[in-house]
Amino acid sequence: MDALLPIVNSISWLFLATGSIFLLIGGIGLLRLPDFYARTHAAGVIDTLGTGLILIGLMMQEEIGLNTFKLVLIGFFLFFTSPTSSYAVAHAAWVAGQKPWTNSNGNTKDAKEDVES
Amino acid sequence: MIRALALGAALALLWLGLSGHYTPLILSFGILSVVFVVVIALRMDILDQEGMPLQLGARFVLYWVWLGIEIVKSNLHAARIILSPSMPINPQIVRFKSTQHTDLGQVIYANSITLTPGTTTIEIEDGHILVHALTDQTADLDAAAVMDKRVTELERAKEAG
Repeated sequence: MDALLPIVNSISWLFLATGSIFLLIGGIGLLRLPDFYARTHAAGVIDTLGTGLILIGLMMQEEIGLNTFKLVLIGFFLFFTSPTSSYAVAHAAWVAGQKPWTNSNGNTKDAKEDVES
Repeated sequence: MIRALALGAALALLWLGLSGHYTPLILSFGILSVVFVVVIALRMDILDQEGMPLQLGARFVLYWVWLGIEIVKSNLHAARIILSPSMPINPQIVRFKSTQHTDLGQVIYANSITLTPGTTTIEIEDGHILVHALTDQTADLDAAAVMDKRVTELERAKEAG
């Protein structure tokens, strides 16, 4: 077990680092994408792979026990609540009449410059 | 009744996992609260196919594994789009067909669509789901049909057993 520890630790940090990279990509996406609907996709990257990988990495930091169970629970609940809340927000925007940005119509404000630059 | 027992078991597991204090006094508080919640759930009559979807059975786990792989794939696609300097997006609203018969099935399908980055459910209609897709690739109707079929099969599991 002790011999395996450095290996487990390395894999754990690999997961944590990859998860952090995906969080960063999600953040960049939130800034770069042109409109609200497109930004929900960047939030999706953060919600799924970002948090998922970090949770897996954290599980490996601990010996199997109550904390593992709690981390699994966090993942489990995020798995159900994050798409539900995404839908609530996206649906609210849709019902309120927010028009999606498209390549042809969305030539307002900074959005287009972001795409072209 | 099976659903009530299952809820009790799930709550007991949750309590044991979160507590960490296993003295007789605290344990009896735990048992009391589990029984209390199950009784309330029974009185509210929410232990049906939606509140306690036992009928999905083990197939649910298989579906999750498949969905997990899909999520990773679409994450990589979305990440590549976001990081690409030209950001080749083509946002569009598409209408995915949904063949589920129950509300639960539709929710599973709609949530699965949202969970895969690149597609977000914005409206659920009878037989259709309106989806905002980030690129042409994510707006693929064939890929959506595959997921739709899987969710419908998952939902059907209860009729078979």
